[in-house]
Amino acid sequence: MTQALFFYYFSGATILSAVLTVALRNPVYCGLSLLSMLLHVAGLFVLLNAEFIAAVQVIIYAGAILVLYLFVLMLLNLKSEERFLHSRYAIILFFTLLIGGEFLLFVLRSPYSKKVGEISAEKIVQMGHSQTIGMAIFNDYLLPFEIVGVFLLGGIIGAIVLAKDIP
Amino acid sequence: MIPLSYYIAVSSVLFIVGIIGVLIRRNFIIILMAVEVMLNAANINLVAFSYYLESLAGQVVALFVIAIAAGEAAVGLAIIILVFRGKIATNVDQINLLKW
Repeated sequence: MTQALFFYYFSGATILSAVLTVALRNPVYCGLSLLSMLLHVAGLFVLLNAEFIAAVQVIIYAGAILVLYLFVLMLLNLKSEERFLHSRYAIILFFTLLIGGEFLLFVLRSPYSKKVGEISAEKIVQMGHSQTIGMAIFNDYLLPFEIVGVFLLGGIIGAIVLAKDIP
Repeated sequence: MIPLSYYIAVSSVLFIVGIIGVLIRRNFIIILMAVEVMLNAANINLVAFSYYLESLAGQVVALFVIAIAAGEAAVGLAIIILVFRGKIATNVDQINLLKW
């Protein structure tokens, strides 16, 4: 009962903040509602027994990525302009909602398979979530982990080269 | 116990909101924020399936998605600073240097 209550609160607040992120006129307000969305998504992760992912979501998304966005936003000082939507936004909105509604109906009516793994909720509670996910990353997913590291290095170098002031 | 389809519904709605944001906004940075909304929708989906299928693969992939989102934000904001500094455009629908 409590779980359902929290689920409805977190999902409703997530969707509301996402809509505000897309719809508000002032870019700084959009960034702040994006912050609210990220924190409520972290709450959904806690409901799904993924405490480590929730902590990473708060630290990296809300702490690092969002600060980067707000920093660039205030550095560039973008004006909230007269026309902040695309010129043909009505027709785009209509077709996206049509296709999206159909997709939603299709997804909700399809059946899902039963459990396939052996990492149950009790096992996670017993071992601790950080330990289980650390074992999974450094045993089974070591190569993708290293590839992500190389990708981040490439991203850093690309960002520095792009944003450097060339005399 | 909340059914899996509720989480799927939330993530689908978030994804649709993100797509609408990418398509209708004119500001660069808001478009990148809408992409972040879509990545979060994918993350909710991954973690929900990981919980209900009792497998850790989805959560590991969700961590990788967060790392990729950090890289995407860094490179995207660098491109935005470049475009803005060169006085090429102030809105996305005015960037047409590569059009012809």
